[in-house]
Amino acid sequence: MRTTLGLYRPGTSVLHRLPAGAKLATLVVAGVVSIFLRTPWSVGGALVVTLALYAAAGLGPLVLWRQVRPLLWLLVVLAAFHLLVSGWQRAVVVVGVILVLVLLAALVTLTTRTTELVDVVVRVARPLRRIGVDPERVGLLLGLGIRSVPVVVGLAGEVREAQLARGLGSSPRAFAVPLLVRTLRHADRLGDALAARGVDD
Amino acid sequence: MQRSTSRDLALIATFAAVVAALGVIPAVYPFGGAVPITAQSLGIMLCGSILGARRGAGAVLLMLALVALGLPLLAGGRGGLGVFAGPSVGYLVGWPVAAYVIGWLTERGGAPYRLAWGLGANVVGGIVVLYALGILGTAWRADLSLTAAAVGSALFLLGDVVKVVIAAVVARGVHQAYPGLLRRRTVPDETPVRA
Repeated sequence: MRTTLGLYRPGTSVLHRLPAGAKLATLVVAGVVSIFLRTPWSVGGALVVTLALYAAAGLGPLVLWRQVRPLLWLLVVLAAFHLLVSGWQRAVVVVGVILVLVLLAALVTLTTRTTELVDVVVRVARPLRRIGVDPERVGLLLGLGIRSVPVVVGLAGEVREAQLARGLGSSPRAFAVPLLVRTLRHADRLGDALAARGVDD
Repeated sequence: MQRSTSRDLALIATFAAVVAALGVIPAVYPFGGAVPITAQSLGIMLCGSILGARRGAGAVLLMLALVALGLPLLAGGRGGLGVFAGPSVGYLVGWPVAAYVIGWLTERGGAPYRLAWGLGANVVGGIVVLYALGILGTAWRADLSLTAAAVGSALFLLGDVVKVVIAAVVARGVHQAYPGLLRRRTVPDETPVRA
């Protein structure tokens, strides 16, 4: 199962070669540790370590910037708010901790293939068998979801073209209803195909 | 636990993709560009309004799982584990809950889908429940008071009210064109009209 739309950046660094489960476990630990970061110095230290890890993974400043950019405005507003209300130390700690956690989580995504993460999910879901969750089905569902994204995006393109050809402008109703009906019909065929392969047995 | 049929699996997978596809569609800027409306949270309401509680929430959960696995499926091409560490985590966690609540209410309404009932379901799930969780999440992650977080989220209220209306109108159209997703009402709602 290969996907072209992942955020994964191929590489051969130590971080790329670490098992996905170990990276995810470290991320969870980092989340817990972050609760205890209370001074600007400790947060600054954590940020330096994070940046060093990006360098170790061979990811340049441009990749780093792309992870921060969607959050930028929010962080600026947040920093200004805390600066006015609770002083600069608090502003540095709050913004810094968010920055560190977002960057670390993004680092796992950037250095781990989607397929490896799917395997971890299936492995972690194994004990859930007792409460009626079938880990193989979880894996199947993830695969079906990944496969369905380009299919539905394709259907959306078809509907959009049909809409333009009939001069319907951009009414959300005239777009969404046919898209969803086509999607439901596609799901019917997909369901039949799964049943024919014995998924219901 | 109820076992999903292969049809349920297919519906969950394809509607997860619908929510993702709606994130790809560029945002619309009504009201002079003051409030950007991305179609993605519309997808959350549609999952509940069309598939019902279990499958609707399942589709949203699957979509979030794909995001966590590193696919850039959130509006603006965001994705990966990083988004779950950010201040909007409350909204992301609230998405499947909102879809479940909307679906549960929609199932109570039964077929044929009624617009007024659908509007109510989308307001309760897509605004009341979703905002409650979203505001809690922002207050926690960004270390803000609940009031400050609530004021910040009020920016999006206008756009979400528009989405509630679009979702209910679209859901009615879909249920008309593709019946059978909702169970028929057992008790007829036609009250005898007195002359």
